[in-house]
Amino acid sequence: MAMYEHDVLVIGGGGAGLRAAVAAHEAGADVAIVSKVHPVRSHTGAAEGGVNAALHEDDPWEDHAYDTMKGSDFLADAPAVDIFAREIREEVIQLEHWGMPFSRDDDGTVSQRPFGGLSFPRTAYAGAETGHHMLHAMYQQVVKRGIDIYEEWYVTRLAVTDHDEVADRQCHGFAAFDIATGEVAGFRARDGVVLATGGAGQVFKHTTNAIANTGDGAAMAYRAGVPLEDMEMIQFHPTTLPSTGVLITEGVRGEGGRLFNSDGERFMFERGYAVEDGELASRDVVSRAELTEVAEGRGVDDDHVYLDMRHLGEERIMDRLENIVHLAQDFEGVDPLEEPMPVKPGAHYTMGGIEINEWGETVIDGLYAAGECGCVSMHGANRLGGNSLAELLVFGARAGRAAAGEDVGTPEIQVGPDPDAEREDPDWPIEPGEISGGPPDVTPNDALVDPVPVINSAVEAETERIDSLLVTEDGVSQAAIRSRVQDAMGEHLNVFREKSGIETALKEIGAAKRELPNLHVTDTSRTFNTELQHALETRNLIDLAEAIAFGALAREESRGAHWRKAHQERKDEEWRKHTMLSWNDGDPEMWYRPNILESEIQEYDPTERSY
Amino acid sequence: MSDSDADRTIRPETSGLNSEDPEEPESDVTESTGETVTLRIFRYDPEVESKQDAGFDTFRIPTHEGMTILDALIEARDEQDPSLTFRHSCRQGVCGSDALFINGSQRLGCKTQVSELKEPIQIEPLPHHPVVKDLVVDMDSFYERMRAVEPYFDPDDPPPDELTERYQSRENREDVKLSTRCIWCGACTSSCTIASNEDVYLGPAAINKGYRFYADEREGEDRAEERLEILQEHDGVWRCQTQFSCTNVCPQDIPLTEHIQQIKRDATKADLRFW
Repeated sequence: MAMYEHDVLVIGGGGAGLRAAVAAHEAGADVAIVSKVHPVRSHTGAAEGGVNAALHEDDPWEDHAYDTMKGSDFLADAPAVDIFAREIREEVIQLEHWGMPFSRDDDGTVSQRPFGGLSFPRTAYAGAETGHHMLHAMYQQVVKRGIDIYEEWYVTRLAVTDHDEVADRQCHGFAAFDIATGEVAGFRARDGVVLATGGAGQVFKHTTNAIANTGDGAAMAYRAGVPLEDMEMIQFHPTTLPSTGVLITEGVRGEGGRLFNSDGERFMFERGYAVEDGELASRDVVSRAELTEVAEGRGVDDDHVYLDMRHLGEERIMDRLENIVHLAQDFEGVDPLEEPMPVKPGAHYTMGGIEINEWGETVIDGLYAAGECGCVSMHGANRLGGNSLAELLVFGARAGRAAAGEDVGTPEIQVGPDPDAEREDPDWPIEPGEISGGPPDVTPNDALVDPVPVINSAVEAETERIDSLLVTEDGVSQAAIRSRVQDAMGEHLNVFREKSGIETALKEIGAAKRELPNLHVTDTSRTFNTELQHALETRNLIDLAEAIAFGALAREESRGAHWRKAHQERKDEEWRKHTMLSWNDGDPEMWYRPNILESEIQEYDPTERSY
Repeated sequence: MSDSDADRTIRPETSGLNSEDPEEPESDVTESTGETVTLRIFRYDPEVESKQDAGFDTFRIPTHEGMTILDALIEARDEQDPSLTFRHSCRQGVCGSDALFINGSQRLGCKTQVSELKEPIQIEPLPHHPVVKDLVVDMDSFYERMRAVEPYFDPDDPPPDELTERYQSRENREDVKLSTRCIWCGACTSSCTIASNEDVYLGPAAINKGYRFYADEREGEDRAEERLEILQEHDGVWRCQTQFSCTNVCPQDIPLTEHIQQIKRDATKADLRFW
């Protein structure tokens, strides 16, 4: 059995993974990236609008912090927000120093434009393809530094010691298989493993996310004992193309694009959803407004609304938003220079995720997370546009440095089980947690402690799981199981949620779980077996769908992206806290951690949010 | 086996690479009714006995308005034959995973409409790469060529302080803009007859990558000169015979041939090459 060894192993080659790898390398570590796609195929490349940073002398970073906290509907944690707004400025300038082709003002400085929820035009951009340029600029730095990349290797199980207490556990590496050959191998990280596996948008059918965004890192960390935080907080982007979910950047509205209903009303203003900011209200506000228009009969084809940018003029559009013209033509058959674009909300971003502190540390020693898979939490209940590319820079760099052994002092944000925490033993409509069949990720018995046996055990377990999937003779396809989950989530955990619907979705998820042991992989070849890969991903999707639905069921209030029909108020007394879901060795437990509105620098007052 | 056996026949023929007019399909394949589309998809798997001899399978796929080749492939896989293998991820033309050889030319599956193509639509792996399985090719030679041009920003001078950007004129940013759009899909290099016959030729994608940095004023003059030398060496720009096939197939509309010619002109002006 092959065993690959490095100081730091980064799982995922998107923005967060690349940034973490460069940071760990600069801290002196021998680093490798392990990714199921070649790094330039990562979904960071699909980000369009831009990256927020308070670069202008008239724009103090504290304002960026406040906008972020307000955007989060006061569920973010203040220390994370402050660190983020302060450190992102150098990170964005560093990207420029790394050659990123930002759009420029006449004086040759980096251009910045208005974006939703921002009090200053703070979003630096490179056309409407900022993510593509950022991904490539950072990949270049990885190539320049000679950092090793294991591309098209799929990590399927973390190698974690089996201590009884999660806080005593240590991550030594993981098991992964080479997609090209089917070889299962062990990877040992002498210092740390950084999860940078992105979001879980594939839990939904109508999503802006790539097929690869199956939340693998979050699901693996969860099953190894790391709590998942605020999983109910899924951002629905208000402007996606109806037939495919392809994203139309918020930059269109930032540049002056307008939303219309079928009566030709500019409803954000005329129907009173956001009388100050209109189309540039926060994303959750705009998404709910659009679906309310549709529900009240003012939608187009009872499905979507219109986004019009024709009045901006061809010159400005082609200078700043050219990519949008191509996307609308290629994926919706609409020429936005001539006619408005149909748009509707689509699942876009996972605000919740792996519980981490401001250094990317999880409760498990040696295991870190950064980017969309993590939850530090700086997005709280709603992420501002332009803050995701920004987050992955700041917290990717921090996770890389911490994983390489930098002394992080005493973090302000706590992670791990809290004996004093408020707990809940809800009446779940289904049995949560472990799916029968296959070895569990961790069976606590304090026996596996040393690195090599821990990794060998993970490799053996994965080899067994894969071997068993390759000899099935009959059963249900991964595509059918996946569809079942996606349909239920799209129906009941979309923009508007209610108790009975969430319970229905959970029953469907439960049914999908029961089908999983009957999963049938028709392709018995070990050569580039994508059917096998997708089968393994499906388990991750199910575990995360369940976590999202549990969070949504528990949180009986409306805050940010999460809206409950019978609880349409934000309830600060009761709910200014994070939902935490611990796997608890197959028997999940829900508990709560208060959020932090006070940092060393400022205290945030949770005012009512209006735009 | 899947339910699709009725629709699926392995045909003992080799790939018709570069063939404009694939062999006539089976007799039951007719003009599109607007309800289904017929795909002939290349199949190969070195491990599976029935697929060791490369051939084509025929799939009939129900269509919908706006259906792309990638949508059709996903439908074929998820509903008919789960072992059908191809790369894909973003579905929106930015990840560059699904460059394929479709009806005789290199295209991105996700950006190609089914309705625009003559049936049966023949889908093959990207030519001039070893086939790993079905539509998946080994891209190593492509990545090696990219690495050969030192594909990273590498300026002459250290940056100003940590909160000050380098200046770049709007004009210069405009000059490099199109070259920065490359998504590494490999369509251009696969389409280039010179690159396909001579492994050593850098090919259009790598030259464009070099051009992207060469033309960027922020790198500085010394580095630009080094870039020019790398690009005009024995296996560089001079091999290009201006057939424009790369420019024709580029899904990002990058003027690749123009960039190659620009490097030739500048190399000549810089007296790096005499004729």
